[in-house]
Amino acid sequence: MKAFAAAIVSAVLGGFLVDHPSCRARAATPGETVADAARRVVKIYGAGGVRGLEGYQSGILVSPAGHVVTVHSTVLDSDGIDCVLDDGRRFPATVVGVDPRRELALLSIAGEDLPAFSLPAPEDAPSPPVDRSAPGTRVFALSNLFSVAVGDERVSAQHGVISAVVPLEARRGAHEAPYRGDVYLLDFTTSNPGSAGGALVDWRGRLVGVLGKELRATATGVWLNYALPIDEVVGGYRQMSGEGPPLPPPPPDTPPFDLSRLGVVLVPDLLDTTPPFVESVRDASAAATAGVRADDLVVAVNGRAVTSRGALQRALGAIPDGDTVELTMIRSGEIAVAALGPKPATGTKP
Amino acid sequence: MNRPLPIVIAALRRPPRVVLTAAALVLLAATLAAGARAEVPGDVIAAERTRIEVIQRASRAAIAIFAGEAGGGSGVLVSPDGYALTNFHVVQPAGVAMKCGLSDGTLHDAVLVGLDPTGDVALVKLVGRDDFPFAELADSDLVDVGDFCFAAGNPFLLATDLAPSISAGIVSGTHRYQFPAGTILEYADCLQVDAAINPGNSGGALFDADGRVIGVNGRASFEKRGRVNVGVGYAISSNQLRNFLGCLKGGRLVDHATLGATVATAQDGRVVVSDILESSDAFKRGLRYDDEIVSIAGRPVRTVNALKNVLGIFPAGWRVPVVSRRGGRRSVDLVRLGPLHTSGELAKIVSGGEEPARRAPEEKPDDEKGIPRPPPRQGPGDAKRGADAPPPLPESLAGLFESRVGFTNYHFNALERDRVARALAGRHASLGEGPWVISGVLAKGEPFRIEISDRHATIDLPTGTSSIDPAGDLDAVPAPPGSGGMLAALVVWRRLLREGPAALGRTTYWGTAPLWSTVGTDIEASASPGTPGGVPLVDVLDTAVSSVEARFQIGADGVVLAMEMWPAPDDDPCEIRFADDGGNGPGRLEVRHGDELFGVFRVESFDAGSAGRSAADPLGSGIR
Repeated sequence: MKAFAAAIVSAVLGGFLVDHPSCRARAATPGETVADAARRVVKIYGAGGVRGLEGYQSGILVSPAGHVVTVHSTVLDSDGIDCVLDDGRRFPATVVGVDPRRELALLSIAGEDLPAFSLPAPEDAPSPPVDRSAPGTRVFALSNLFSVAVGDERVSAQHGVISAVVPLEARRGAHEAPYRGDVYLLDFTTSNPGSAGGALVDWRGRLVGVLGKELRATATGVWLNYALPIDEVVGGYRQMSGEGPPLPPPPPDTPPFDLSRLGVVLVPDLLDTTPPFVESVRDASAAATAGVRADDLVVAVNGRAVTSRGALQRALGAIPDGDTVELTMIRSGEIAVAALGPKPATGTKP
Repeated sequence: MNRPLPIVIAALRRPPRVVLTAAALVLLAATLAAGARAEVPGDVIAAERTRIEVIQRASRAAIAIFAGEAGGGSGVLVSPDGYALTNFHVVQPAGVAMKCGLSDGTLHDAVLVGLDPTGDVALVKLVGRDDFPFAELADSDLVDVGDFCFAAGNPFLLATDLAPSISAGIVSGTHRYQFPAGTILEYADCLQVDAAINPGNSGGALFDADGRVIGVNGRASFEKRGRVNVGVGYAISSNQLRNFLGCLKGGRLVDHATLGATVATAQDGRVVVSDILESSDAFKRGLRYDDEIVSIAGRPVRTVNALKNVLGIFPAGWRVPVVSRRGGRRSVDLVRLGPLHTSGELAKIVSGGEEPARRAPEEKPDDEKGIPRPPPRQGPGDAKRGADAPPPLPESLAGLFESRVGFTNYHFNALERDRVARALAGRHASLGEGPWVISGVLAKGEPFRIEISDRHATIDLPTGTSSIDPAGDLDAVPAPPGSGGMLAALVVWRRLLREGPAALGRTTYWGTAPLWSTVGTDIEASASPGTPGGVPLVDVLDTAVSSVEARFQIGADGVVLAMEMWPAPDDDPCEIRFADDGGNGPGRLEVRHGDELFGVFRVESFDAGSAGRSAADPLGSGIR
């Protein structure tokens, strides 16, 4: 079956690779490639565990002495970060560096002779540009997705193709992603909880990228499946480990749209299905001026239906503060519309 | 979050796509042929050809299941006479009858045979052919991460022409444990794949590169993107399916197993017993609080998940070797696994409030050793037949369903019991009704003599002579002393061989269970039961007769290989292994009670009465 699988690989790759001299020697089976790469991937556990925020992600070992590259996220906002290796060993980890532009973080665990990916030396790593010939490369992704694997269980393996090399234009909720460089778009789903920080390797087991955080395309709103290319990973690692140039300051975050600042007080969010009724409207607030009234039931935000207090909050969370929001409401059986603008309405006190 | 994949019904229309497809294929073939000649080496073409053939062959074994208004799913044929595996959650809304489509476009009626609600497995039987295309079950323990695999099924009920959709991928993980998610459906020791598993793929097979079944797809992880594939699907392993297949064929409502103990990971990483039921067989075999569990059925237990994984693949009632350690002392015991649920709980889950025909009344739990008590027979005037009567079956399924408490479909239990009865009768046609005399020597060379007839049963041993009355209650006094009731067991054995299962009493087909060799290091065999190189699975019959319960393990050739006899449900049984049967009865008997070997009886002479078999009907007269 292994031989057949290898033949399938060959068949898929077509004649082009089969004739390549490097393929004359016995190639590793996909299983061997995956097993070898998976030893260099760690399961990371930290802060989170609340609704919508998982407390786990993935990371890759990049030095035998215990350097782990992962994505910078809320999971790392904890004093008790743990890395679990492929063999089940659990190490406490400390954050030794953060690259806010690439949203990478460098962790250190107290290990010795750990299995690690060897990153290309600085002189070998063109930085930039990113490898433009990557599209079409068949890859494996190895990650702690859904926290399926625990202890000494091996991280999950997925397979697919690098579809494109494109600049990242993405957001998380209302926030633009700070990284604006090139990424590898993948043709399989890696935007799963826990995948971020996982390894992207080619079919010979070489590290080609690190799986990115969950982001949505700015233009279309679809979830992106992408990886930070190896060159950027190397650049980030050099900076975080103190070898490279100093890090630029992180870009400022745009806060999400805040309804309460405009004077709207909603009913308490008690249940998943709490309807988004307006409890009260502050006198002379922007909302009052725009025509929002107590006991209004909000049914749509910018023309998109919202059915619960939570859905309303999520819809507003995706809109940057400063934008105009059109609320559609039901008031005494009639439809009412109010446009809430970016400027504080007249009459409010400083 | 992850959960099973129910599906909404899609309208069934036959689209005019055949011509289009054919044209596209011709075009594609022409393009491929032109390109292929130029560049692609022969072995790549051959591998591609093989893969297409494998997928075509596997597709023929894939079925689409339609559960009426409630939706449907997929399934896979595993035998030429039409047995097909699928998910419990696929057939649950269908009741006892459903329609199944084959890849050739034909539609067949199918009847529900057996259910394993905890494992989310159902066995159905298609009718109308005796030469159904089918796929064989592979050894899923040999599956490795990175292996090529493909799913064949009916995602979103797309297959209006009934041909399955194929999605290819790799094995993402093996021996995964997935907690019960909102339901009791527990996926233990399952395979994780990145082949697209969507709603409707449920119950369909996951195939390896050779087109053999390595699992049945039934679950997937989803998150915020709706109930569509995100590259994380789970399949019930073929080894687990094989373990349950015998029980399912017997029309049973099968339960999963528990050790009767909970475990925890100690500071030093050992998996130790944190609590144990004193009524469990594990306790009776000597397992205690704080003992380390080293391995179960040959699989090392290093994490709590590993324990759940290995226990999750066995039906309740199986015996499996458990290796444990206390201090420096290591012990190996064959432990009977108890049931995870009471039979009432299982029946409730199955009825789900939707299917009154199978709603069973509350029952008290099965006893600890996991032997299902044969339920009371229900007469035609039973109260259950009435307002709750099941909808009439299609004509093609007439006579293929019989409701009975504790069973999914009792008809198939009788079918399997009679199959075993025929094998027994064929093997033992020459046994006489006169007294049976077995004589020989014990391990130390001392003689023994056993005589059993309808009226008396006696054993002469160096330690003395014991007798019981075969016509009376067999649970009276276990004889000879220390054997746990060897004479009574042999009386039941003789009656089984002479009269057949139906005449014995309440005899049911239990399913299949591993025939472990004698206790010792060799029972730690690492290959999974039922796989090549693993311990063989053999048929099991249960019977309740003359105040005792007995269980027989019977080979395909009709030879009784082993039996257990319980004078009382909570006692350790008397166990007898019948070995070296050269065609004239057993050449050796090994008798055990509890943890003790009572004796090894080497048979030098076996006189099985004189006259021929008395019963003209080899199946006995009790079979309806």
